[in-house]
Amino acid sequence: MATRSLLAPKVDIPKPVYSGLGIASVAVILALWCLLSYGGLVRSDFLATPGEVLAAGWERILDGSLWENTRASLTVILLGFLFASILAVPLGILMGSFKAIEAVVEPITGFMRYIPVSALIPLLILWIGIGIEQKIMVIFLGTFFQQLILISDVSSRVSKDLIDCSYTLGATRRQVVWRVLLPACMPGVMDNLRVTMGWAWTYLVVAELVAANSGLGYMILNAMRGLFTDVILLGVFTIGILGLLTDTIFKLLRRWLLPWSADF
Amino acid sequence: MLELTDLTVRFTPKRKPAVLALDNVSLTVEDNQFSVIVGPSGCGKSTLLRLVAGLQEQTSGTMLLDGQPIEGPSAERGMVFQSYTLFPWLTVRDNVMFGPKLKGLGAKEAGRIADDLLDSVGLAQFAASYPKELSGGMRQRVALARALANDPKILLMDEPFGALDSQTRQLMQELLLDIWQKHRKTVLFITHDIDEAIFLGDVVHVMSARPGRFKESLPVDIPRPRTMEALTSEAFMGLKRRILGLMHEEAVKAAG
Ligand SMILES: Nc1ncnc2c1ncn2[C@@H]1O[C@H](COP(=O)(O)OP(=O)(O)OP(=O)(O)O)[C@@H](O)[C@H]1O
Ligand SMILES: [Mg+2]
Repeated sequence: MATRSLLAPKVDIPKPVYSGLGIASVAVILALWCLLSYGGLVRSDFLATPGEVLAAGWERILDGSLWENTRASLTVILLGFLFASILAVPLGILMGSFKAIEAVVEPITGFMRYIPVSALIPLLILWIGIGIEQKIMVIFLGTFFQQLILISDVSSRVSKDLIDCSYTLGATRRQVVWRVLLPACMPGVMDNLRVTMGWAWTYLVVAELVAANSGLGYMILNAMRGLFTDVILLGVFTIGILGLLTDTIFKLLRRWLLPWSADF
Repeated sequence: MLELTDLTVRFTPKRKPAVLALDNVSLTVEDNQFSVIVGPSGCGKSTLLRLVAGLQEQTSGTMLLDGQPIEGPSAERGMVFQSYTLFPWLTVRDNVMFGPKLKGLGAKEAGRIADDLLDSVGLAQFAASYPKELSGGMRQRVALARALANDPKILLMDEPFGALDSQTRQLMQELLLDIWQKHRKTVLFITHDIDEAIFLGDVVHVMSARPGRFKESLPVDIPRPRTMEALTSEAFMGLKRRILGLMHEEAVKAAG
């Protein structure tokens, strides 16, 4: 029975089994890492040992530089993401439900979403310099157009019957937009904000490519020059953990803000 | 009184041939009457109801409700859809209060209306639940209460029980009749189900295959209050046979 539920698609498995499998997958990777590094199977300047990474981390926690870099990166990520979301959520909802707005925004979005953000960096430097604005702009451009597409899709999927029904209950167009369309979009919006938050993190190194003097991406790029693989891995892990953390926050936020929406 | 005269609806979809959904349809629905429309799939029943709801415009023809032309949707013409259309972010009670609140009633007054109606659809104890916690039948009962909360002149129902299992469906029909007896609304009800049509209706209008027209209107002379036993009575069977015959002719015609 137990093996049957493990092998059948879409069948729930017991919670301990689920957690156990998760822990096992992490443990295997850690073990492999230990084997490769401590076992001397890989040259030590290619792969730092777990101990070295921990030591590098401890040292940078003590001198405050890890926190300094984390704070710099968080500022860039959160501001870029915030500005993108503030614009993309309302615009996306309107775009998905009003053909005229879709007609205006669609061509630009359709084009921009395929441009690698890194290709725009020279222009960004030329236009807005090399300050923090440029880094925020990289995150903004990396997330905004994706959010727009995803959220407009959420909006266009709101059931036509739900809208029609609101009219027969006496709602005006304005009321339909504010009291029906908007709340109906919220679960989808939250889900996609969560997804694009993850993507925002992946732009971090690109954002800190130019003229940075702090940040996790900067820390990694800087360590690359000296082949300090312990610091590189420290940066990678920190980003990964922060990403996981923001993801969890979004998950909890959705559960807390939208208790009415079907579970996912 | 609802008077529909010479209604024609022609759909002209992009890159597809035009569809004549309704062709010169006329219908009169008396006040407080329970009118049922049956007809083959695709004959334009929903289109007709959406016209009356104001959700769609006719190509030609006139629609009058109590002598006033119907233009656009309004709270005086409430509708219950086949799909589940409760607002998932509102509790059951807030769903029912939606219309009265839009009208500008205070929370207290709207709440009283909602509580009364939830009581009559037997869902008072679910007032604080969210729609996701309700079964299909319960959702449609709330949708009915919500439509009634506006005290509409006419209640439009487009196969409201179509998605329910037959047992729930039967219970819903009895409940609907109960409520109708109490509130005495004008009802225009669409269904595929001939038993349902006869059980509920004062009159059953049979539509022809597309383009939809009214083929015949049959009064239902079965005394109310009707119970399940009515379903096996002689009058019921006779009427059913006639409607089946009419529908069969249409099905044959539609099959070409
Ligand atoms: N928006 C639309 N655009 C184009 N054609 C449409 C549209 N709405 C309905 N039709 C067509 O008009 C005809 C009547 O549709 P309608 O939904 O009114 O039928 P119906 O009698 O309610 O059918 P059913 O019993 O299956 O619900 C159908 O052929 C349908 O394909
Ligand atoms: Mg229909």
